Amino acid sequence: MIDTRYQVETPEGIELQADLAGPVSRVLAYAVDILIRQAVTLLVLLLLVFLGEAGWGLWLLLSFVLEWFYPVLFEVFHSGQTPGKKMMGIQVVNDDLTPVTFSTSTVRNLLRFADFMPFAYLFGIASMVCHPEFKRLGDLAAGTLVIYRKQAPVQAALPASDPLPLNRKLDLEEQVAIISFTERHQQISRERQQELAEIIGESFGQRTEKAVGFLQGVGIWLLGGR
Amino acid sequence: MRQQDFEHRYGPVWQQIEAVVDPASGVELEAVGSGRIAEALPELYSQLCHHLALAKHRRYSGSLINRLNALSMRAHHHLYRHNHRYEHVFLKFLLEAFPAALHRNARFVWIALACFLLPALLMWALCFTQQDMIFSLMDPGQVRGFEAMYEPGNHAIGRERGSETDLMMFGFYIKNNIGISFRTFAGGILFGLGSLFFLIYNGLFIGAAAGHISHVGYQETFFPFVIGHGAFELTAIVFSGAAGLMLGWALIDPGGYTRLVALREAGREAATIILGSALMLLVAAFLEAFWSSHAGVPAPVKYTVGTFFWVLVIAYCTLLGRVRGES
Repeated sequence: MIDTRYQVETPEGIELQADLAGPVSRVLAYAVDILIRQAVTLLVLLLLVFLGEAGWGLWLLLSFVLEWFYPVLFEVFHSGQTPGKKMMGIQVVNDDLTPVTFSTSTVRNLLRFADFMPFAYLFGIASMVCHPEFKRLGDLAAGTLVIYRKQAPVQAALPASDPLPLNRKLDLEEQVAIISFTERHQQISRERQQELAEIIGESFGQRTEKAVGFLQGVGIWLLGGR
Repeated sequence: MRQQDFEHRYGPVWQQIEAVVDPASGVELEAVGSGRIAEALPELYSQLCHHLALAKHRRYSGSLINRLNALSMRAHHHLYRHNHRYEHVFLKFLLEAFPAALHRNARFVWIALACFLLPALLMWALCFTQQDMIFSLMDPGQVRGFEAMYEPGNHAIGRERGSETDLMMFGFYIKNNIGISFRTFAGGILFGLGSLFFLIYNGLFIGAAAGHISHVGYQETFFPFVIGHGAFELTAIVFSGAAGLMLGWALIDPGGYTRLVALREAGREAATIILGSALMLLVAAFLEAFWSSHAGVPAPVKYTVGTFFWVLVIAYCTLLGRVRGES
């Protein structure tokens, strides 16, 4: 089964969940990074060329740092995100979902060379596509993952219905279904809501167009509205 | 407890955590200073974990669980980031971690040394005795190029050159040599083959160059030049090869672990070694650019200092880092 959920149990006894980033967003992030790197090297070259040989020396130093340590420095000091990754909303973390450290980031980025082999990141992409957690060779050796950076979800406004107490006992599955139906009223189209409400409403004897309002009322009541 | 009561009761706790882990979020801290809340974070975080577990158990809605999960994730990152503020990381690395890692993985260092040294000695002997041997490895243009570099009459190496050129060469050595070392390491993940290739290739090449230079009789410019920085450069290349071989061996013979776990463990050790050899190459590049090329220094001084560097490097690798391992 293809599942991009990744779970880790923390010492506190809870399970943290993360969504793994797939090859496409990672390749795009890399493309952005390489553009930035090339642009910087070129710009600096234009400036330093006036300094003669000393300028060349500085440029060589800089291009060395950009080639090998650009991702390391960003990942360590910028919470796992190079500019490209930031743009794609993804982030590098250790296997246990702790922030990436200098040594793990170094290993995963130095091994880029092996991932690049034999050309155009063939090994890296092959490994990413085959691995259930989308790891390239560098990630395998370093024990790192690329995940989507979670934004705290915006709390959706509840529909403006009055709570509607039911005098019938609902089992857990029913409660969960009705509550999530209520909470997702802005994400589902009106017609689809009507369809769904008719299916669920059937067991309450509600088949008409009032079914949506009825379920929302029950949902708000279940959530604790009074 | 209904979900809304739950949110209502514990919302303030979540907001305080949000204010600590994400100061930019705009959440206002309560009257207490942020410093005190930051101190209370471990306590708040364990409450949050409890809330998340409760919310999952009680099947509260997905949006609440997502919100709590995202928040715990950020607090988790906040709490578990590595804090080295109070340790002398750099000194500790140089005096303990790096040499100790070399000792723990001595067998890889010896293998890498053999893979580098044997081809080098072989090629040295062949090129020293046979004039044409060098052309099996380099094309005539290359040979002419480096012959010209070390020709005693030409003073290309010995000329007093400007500090600007020194700086340029420094940049070049950094980019070139450390690049070679990193590639030698990275190739190791392909079951060690990449590291073996780079070690043997560099061994052959360096041995051939040294042998040929001796053959044509330019020793007195070549060896004073290379002896100083060679101490750091050649050993560092061997070390990065050893780091690569560790990765490869973890895949070939993972011992009692799965291949992935063995690879990750080897990667942790290898990271120490590769960073150490990068530092050594930094020293080497500095010496090569500013000391080895310096013409004002007579050859005997260079030999003496060079020998001192070799003794220093060998003493560093053999004496340090074994105290704890053997106790």
